[in-house]
Amino acid sequence: MKVILHGTRGAYPTSTPDNQKYGGDTPCIELIHNDDRLIIDAGTGIIGIDWSQYDPKKRLDILLTHLHMDHIQGLGFCKPLFDPNREVHIWGPGGSAYLLQTRLNRFLSPPLFPVVLRDIPSQPEIHELFNSKIELGPFTVHSSFIIHPGPTLGFRVECGGKSLAYIPDHEPMIGKTKLYDDDSWVSGFDLAYETDLLIHDSQYENEEYMKKIGWGHSSMQICAEFAARTKAGRLVFFHHDPAHDDDHRTQTFESFMSNNSFDFPIELAVQGQEIEI
Amino acid sequence: MAGRSIEIILSRQLADCLNVPVFIVDPEGNLVFYNASAEGLLGRRFEDTGEMPMEMWSTAFHPTDEDGKAIPPEQVPLVNSIKNHVPSHKTFWINSFDGKSHNISVTAIPIIGRAQEFVGAMAIFWDNTSNS
Repeated sequence: MKVILHGTRGAYPTSTPDNQKYGGDTPCIELIHNDDRLIIDAGTGIIGIDWSQYDPKKRLDILLTHLHMDHIQGLGFCKPLFDPNREVHIWGPGGSAYLLQTRLNRFLSPPLFPVVLRDIPSQPEIHELFNSKIELGPFTVHSSFIIHPGPTLGFRVECGGKSLAYIPDHEPMIGKTKLYDDDSWVSGFDLAYETDLLIHDSQYENEEYMKKIGWGHSSMQICAEFAARTKAGRLVFFHHDPAHDDDHRTQTFESFMSNNSFDFPIELAVQGQEIEI
Repeated sequence: MAGRSIEIILSRQLADCLNVPVFIVDPEGNLVFYNASAEGLLGRRFEDTGEMPMEMWSTAFHPTDEDGKAIPPEQVPLVNSIKNHVPSHKTFWINSFDGKSHNISVTAIPIIGRAQEFVGAMAIFWDNTSNS
């Protein structure tokens, strides 16, 4: 299974020159196994996907962790959605007072967007997920609600004997800098347990986090502790804060790594990066 | 391993922040957490007792009414919330593990998760003895 990181930035896309090292597009990753592909999140990163690699006769599945703008902003510009002959399925969190379709309609309708969801040519089918397990081609997808404002899912994808956990927006302990000792009390634990690759929110530095408690994001410290506790094989720090330039992000990462020691590799997500699991 | 539901985890995080006693139980009624304020009321730390099945905690504190008559478990608010998935409230007496008698008011609520499933219940206590 190969993973391509098409968007790594949190909150909002940025095109400033000093934010191009790690990329300016918002979350979207693509999983590839032979000829099968799966897309998770539809931030502006989805616009950069090479659609020529897709068989137009095959169904397209897009999973959404949640409906914050940085995770759906690219949906209206996702070319296959405008192909009337394309079978498209969009999966996202249920559990709201409003149906997922209704909530997506709020974005995909005027005045925010010129075309209403029901008029999108591919007529995508909308599916709600909870604490679920679904099979999409060769991909087995587990979803679980995790701690983040509003209904938000994390995903674990298994394929070909390998596994990936994708938890881009997550605040496992609100207002604390350490997880509960008992694993069963750790949000998202089962999703990430012994995965080969964990892609996880790491938006803040510790001091910064203490000023943004309850906003739904993790510090590098808590992210790395989460990875260590769940015995992830490799960790990718994801959801970079667009308010910091890449030099700052690099310095923060290097400082963090020089003060901590882990028995698994950790790296900063880079837009366009391809990771073979 | 089977992790706890997000609603129960968040309930514990809330309870950790509160300076009023809180019990949290799973769908089977097992007492899976009580906070530091509840430890003060019950006279024993959660780390020492660990989880307790409903049969134990619903009788361990000898709940009695104003006349000293024992309250059957099914009339304890948290037990009612677990069995019937409804809110429940009652004022009664308990004996803590250290032998002290407390007049408490208890409000229990069922915790219904995003998927509309019953994932447990939470009870908030008010110690009328110490707050009078």
